[in-house]
Amino acid sequence: MHSFLYRANALLTFAITILGVVCAIASFTDNFNNPTPHAQVKVLNINWFQKQPNGNDEVSLTLNISADLQSLFTWNTKQVFVFLAAEYETPKNAVNQISLWDGIIPSKEHAKFWTHTSNKYRFIDQGSNLRGKEFNMTMHWHIMPKTGKMIADKIVIPGYKLPAEYR
Amino acid sequence: MGCFGNVVDSVKSFQFRQTLSQLITLGLIVSTALILWKGLMCITGTESPVIVVLSGSMEPGFRRGDILFLSMSKDPIRAGDIIVFNIDGREIPIVHRVIQVHEPNNVKETFMLTKGDNNPMDDRVLYNYGQNWLQRHHIMGRAVGILPYAGWMTIIMTENPIVKYVLIGTLTLLILTTKE
Repeated sequence: MHSFLYRANALLTFAITILGVVCAIASFTDNFNNPTPHAQVKVLNINWFQKQPNGNDEVSLTLNISADLQSLFTWNTKQVFVFLAAEYETPKNAVNQISLWDGIIPSKEHAKFWTHTSNKYRFIDQGSNLRGKEFNMTMHWHIMPKTGKMIADKIVIPGYKLPAEYR
Repeated sequence: MGCFGNVVDSVKSFQFRQTLSQLITLGLIVSTALILWKGLMCITGTESPVIVVLSGSMEPGFRRGDILFLSMSKDPIRAGDIIVFNIDGREIPIVHRVIQVHEPNNVKETFMLTKGDNNPMDDRVLYNYGQNWLQRHHIMGRAVGILPYAGWMTIIMTENPIVKYVLIGTLTLLILTTKE
């Protein structure tokens, strides 16, 4: 009845159960963190703005992004993935979200940053609706835990507008 | 009655009862696993509630061997979500992040572009020739949770089938020979 294999099996089962429970508790403790992140985005320049041969509008921007995301980090945080998306409505599409810039923040020490950059991903509309278009810049973050549930949230910064003419 | 008693005795002498009870234990374990899996399928609404990360394209967020929990809720997919999708005609599902979303007013459809956090380029190079967008029917689920390292056993077993057979054999033997 109490052979070696039997005992080894019981020990392994118990150890794995405990590990699972500890992982669940670690993830649960994330609920007690109430983060207060800040983000600021400035559009410094419209580098160029044109209609592609296939009819889609494309614009290139120079951005200044600054953020303080230190409060997102807990002991169970592996990294925070942060990205900036332009979000707007067009007559055809109820939702348009285009990621312009993103970054991986590996630790709390790197979570307060500013960067001066042109858009990392191309800002191309599905159609030709960008002239004079008002849009929101939304700073999204995705907290990727060491174990357990992933948490995502965002700050919406309204009030940006593209020029009325191509340039 | 006497005849019946004799039969029972002879059956007992073959340890028929014990073997049967051990077979039932084995069946119980297998069916419990099946019920758990099917139950998870119902709750999460996806055909594979758990998947193992096979590539490093989402490093360091997801590493090879991590287990991801998926769900397929009615919430629309938005930029930033990590989705699991299947390109038409290919078997192995891909776990990547959505970086672009276009959702038309009048049609119930979503056009998405994905990218692996650790990849330099977006996924248009992975899609089929001429395919610009992922659509709803490509999506298997959305990653909601992670359990690190727990999938290594699966990777080892898929890459060395012998390990799998040895393991299953040992476990079956263990269950069958354990005397209560």
